[in-house]
Amino acid sequence: MSIFNLKVNGKEHQVEVDPTTPILWVLRDNLKLVGTKYGCGLSQCGSCTIHLSGIAVQSCLLPISSVGNQEITTIEGLSENGDHPVQKAWLEHDVPQCGYCQAGQIMTAAALLNNNPNPTDEEIENAMNLNICRCGTYLRIKQAIKTASTL
Amino acid sequence: MTKVKTQYNRRSFMKVSAAAGGGMLIGFSWFIGCTPVSKAEVLEIPKEWFDINGYIKIGDTGMVTIYSPNPEIGQNVKTSMPMIVAEELDVDWKNVVVEQAPLNTGFYQNQFAGGSLSIRLSWDALRAAGAAGRRMLLEAAAKEWGLNVSDLTANLGIIKENNGERTVTYGDIASKAVGIKIPEEVELKEISDFKIIGTSKKNVDGKKIVTGHPLFGLDFDREGMLLAMVEHAPAFGMKVKSFNEEEIKRMVGVKDAFIVDTTINEPAWSDVNAFPQLIAIVGDATWSLMQAKKALKVDWEVVGELENSELHLQRLEKAIENGEVEESRKDGDPDAAFKKAAKVIERTYSSPFLAHNTMEPMNFFANVTENSAELIGPTQTPEALETSVSKLLNMPIENITVNMTRIGGGFGRRLYVHFGVEAAAISKKIGAPVKLMYTREDDMTQGTYRPAYRSKYKAGLDENNNLIAFSVKGAGLPEGPVFPNRFPAGTVEHYVAEKIKGKTNVSTGAWRAPRSHFTAGAEQSFLDEVAELAGKDPIDFRLELFDRAINNPVGDKNDYEAERYAGVLKLVKEKSDWGATKPGVHRGVAAYFCHASYVAEVFDIVIEDGDPKVKKVWCAVDCGIVVNHDAAINMVQGGVIDGIGHAMYSQLTFTNGTTNEKNFDRYKLIRNSQVPEEIEVFFVKNETAPTGLGEPGLPPAVGALANALYKATGKRHYHQPFISEKTTAILG
Ligand code: FES
Ligand code: FES
Repeated sequence: MSIFNLKVNGKEHQVEVDPTTPILWVLRDNLKLVGTKYGCGLSQCGSCTIHLSGIAVQSCLLPISSVGNQEITTIEGLSENGDHPVQKAWLEHDVPQCGYCQAGQIMTAAALLNNNPNPTDEEIENAMNLNICRCGTYLRIKQAIKTASTL
Repeated sequence: MTKVKTQYNRRSFMKVSAAAGGGMLIGFSWFIGCTPVSKAEVLEIPKEWFDINGYIKIGDTGMVTIYSPNPEIGQNVKTSMPMIVAEELDVDWKNVVVEQAPLNTGFYQNQFAGGSLSIRLSWDALRAAGAAGRRMLLEAAAKEWGLNVSDLTANLGIIKENNGERTVTYGDIASKAVGIKIPEEVELKEISDFKIIGTSKKNVDGKKIVTGHPLFGLDFDREGMLLAMVEHAPAFGMKVKSFNEEEIKRMVGVKDAFIVDTTINEPAWSDVNAFPQLIAIVGDATWSLMQAKKALKVDWEVVGELENSELHLQRLEKAIENGEVEESRKDGDPDAAFKKAAKVIERTYSSPFLAHNTMEPMNFFANVTENSAELIGPTQTPEALETSVSKLLNMPIENITVNMTRIGGGFGRRLYVHFGVEAAAISKKIGAPVKLMYTREDDMTQGTYRPAYRSKYKAGLDENNNLIAFSVKGAGLPEGPVFPNRFPAGTVEHYVAEKIKGKTNVSTGAWRAPRSHFTAGAEQSFLDEVAELAGKDPIDFRLELFDRAINNPVGDKNDYEAERYAGVLKLVKEKSDWGATKPGVHRGVAAYFCHASYVAEVFDIVIEDGDPKVKKVWCAVDCGIVVNHDAAINMVQGGVIDGIGHAMYSQLTFTNGTTNEKNFDRYKLIRNSQVPEEIEVFFVKNETAPTGLGEPGLPPAVGALANALYKATGKRHYHQPFISEKTTAILG
C-alpha cells in the first residue's frame, strides 16, 4: 500500500492503495465517483474512459502509480451542470438506451471534439470505435457528436 | 369512452404506500422534471406529498411522482410506462418525476422485463391507475364545491367547474383526495384524445446518465457494505473441490474466502445455473479481489463431459436427422408433394452459441440478517429472484424485499437470478451487507447463453413456380429454433415443421428475441432463394403467400395475422421505393413476426473499398399504438444494429468445455464504424393496444442483411457469424 495524491475534477485527493490499482477502481471504490464504468478491464470497451491531461484514456488498465500529478477529469467533472456541449447534444438526441456505456462514449467524444472541433464522419468513427455500445446507439452517438460540434 | 375495472385492492395499496412514502429505498433521490426546462418553468419542490394510489403521488405544488413498476433495461419503460399513467391522469409531463417502484407483488402486476411484454401486459393497468387518480381528484374537488363529478373537467393538472369560474390545481386538492375510495370502475380517454401517448418524451434518466450519477446496480453503495467476487469452474462439466483458502485469506484487502453452494430446491426456469458451487472472496476493494482471483489455486473436479465445438456441430447434424421432436406441424402430404415438384431446393443454416454481454456485468447487493433479506440490483425478474432467495434461505417471502436499479442491459440475461441468489448466500455467510460483482470474464464464461442452432429448409415449386411444399427441421442445443405455426405455415398446402432437441451441458437461456433471431434469418434468407428460383420479386413472392393466408389459409392454427404481416411489407416497399434500381446499390428484404409485432426491413448495401457496407435501412413496424415515438425509433434502430452485429461478428466456440472467447478481445461486438449510415423507422398507424417492441426489430435484420449481401457479393450466407465464412464480407 502506498499513499498517492491525485487531482480529480479540480480537487486534490489523497488515497492509500496498492500502487498497481487501476485509476478506474480508485475512482469508483475510493473516491466514490462511480460515473466511470467497468465493462471489460482489458482496454477493449471504453466504458472506463476518462481524460488524463485532456486526453481520452481508458482507466481500467492505468495504474495509479503511472499518473503522477496529471489532471484527471471524469464524467462527473466534465461540466458544472451537465451542460458541456456533448452532454447537451446527447440529451437533445436522446442517445441512451440502457445508458451504461454512455459516460465512456461522452468522454471519448468530448476529447475528440477538443482536438478536432469539426471531425469528418470517418474521424468520428475512428475515435468512437474504441467504445462499445451493446444496445446499439451508435447512430445517435454520431449524430450527437455532429450536433455538439456546432454548439 | 371505454370503462375498465380497476384492479386495486385496498390492503395492497396500503402496503405500497408505506414502502413508497418512506422515500425511495435505494437512496438515489433526485428532482429533475421529465422535460429539461429552464429553472423558471420548474415547479417548486413540494413540502408535502400525497399518495393518491400506489402509482401516483402528488405534491402540494402540483408536482407529480409516478412510480414505474417494471425493470428498466434500456427498453425505455421507465419513461414510457409513466407516460401512460400521466396521460390518463391528465397532467403536464413537465411536472412529472418518475421513480422506480420496488417489487410489490400484492399491488403491481407483471413486474418483469421479458418477452417484450412490459407495456403489452400493463397497458390497461397503467391507464386505469392514471384514470383512477384523475377520478379521485375530481371527486375531492366536487366534494369541496358541493358539485357532482360530472360538473367538472380535468385538464393538464387543473380541475375546472363546467358552469362557473372556479378552478383548483391537482396540487391544491391532492390532500383531500387522500382516503377517497379508489373507484371500482374508471373511464378511459378516447385514443384520439391522447396528448402524451404517441409523442416523443426524453428519457427520464437522461440527465443522470450523461452526468454520471449513480444509477446502476454496480454503482450502489451502502455504509459498511463489503465487496465480493466469485470464481466458477473454468468449464461446463467441472466443479470446485477445494482451493488455497488460507493463502487467499491472508492476501491484503481480502476479508474472507470460502466455497458457497447456491443449489436451490425445486428450481424454476429462472434458476438456470451451470455452476451452483462457487468460490467466494470478500473484501473491501475491487482490485484486491481481482488480484485474489488471479492467485487462486483450485482443485477442479470433472463431473461431466467437456464439450467442444466439433461435438456441438455433430450433435446438431444428428439431431436434424433423427433427434427428439419437441413440437411439430404437418399439413397435407409433403413427401408426395416434394416428389412431384418441378423444382426442389434445400439449404442448411446455422448459428453459434452467443453470450448476452450486457455492458454492465452481473452484480447484486444483498443484506441478509437472521430474519430478513434485502436485495437491490439489476434484475429483469425481481419476483423470481425473491422466490429463489426465499427457497435458498428458507425464509418467508414477506421477509424479503427486492429493489431494482437501472439496468445496464438485459437482452434476457437478467431473467436468470443466480447472481442475486449468490449475493444473498454470501451475505448470509459473512453476516454483512455485500455487493457481488462479476468480472467480464466471469460474465462471459458463466453460461446462460443463446443456444446454438441448425435448421434445414426445403421447398418445392410446381411448373408454374408456385410454392407447393415446404419443410423445416430445426435443432438446437438444447432447444430447437422452429415455431411450427408461424409463417409460412398457413400459406403452403403441403407443409411440415419440426422443432428438435439436442443435448449439451452448456447452460442456455433466452437471448433477445429467443429463437426468432435465428429463425428469421434462416427462413427469410431461404425464401429469398426460393423466390429467386421461382423467378419472382422477393416482396411480391411473399405477398402472394400472404394472399393465400388471407383468402384461403391452410390449417387454423396460424400464429400471425396475415393482413398485418403483408401490411408492413407493403409499407417498407413504398418507403424504400423498392423496385427502383440505383447503380452500385444492392438491396435485400426480410419480414418477421414475433412478440405480437410485425417488422419488415429493407437493407441497401454498397461496395466500399472492395467491402460491402450497409448504407441505409428502412424499417416498417406494426406494434399497435406507439407510446413514446422517438424512443420507439431508438429501440428499433438498436435492434437492427444488434441483429447485424451478432449475425456478422459474434460467436462463442468451445474447447474442452470452456469458451475460447472470454472478453471483448476475442468476442467481437459491432462497433461504431460498422453500423449503417441511416436507419429510418416507420410505424403503421392503428388503434390496436401496444404490442412488443424491445425485440421485434432484431430478427428481420439478419435476413435482410444476408439477402442484401448476396446481391452485393453474389454469395449466399448460411452460417453465422457471416464474417467467418471466408468471404470479403467485412462490413465497414
Ligand atoms: S473497462 Fe476499460 S476499456 Fe473496458
Ligand atoms: S446504451 Fe446500453 S450499452 Fe450503450
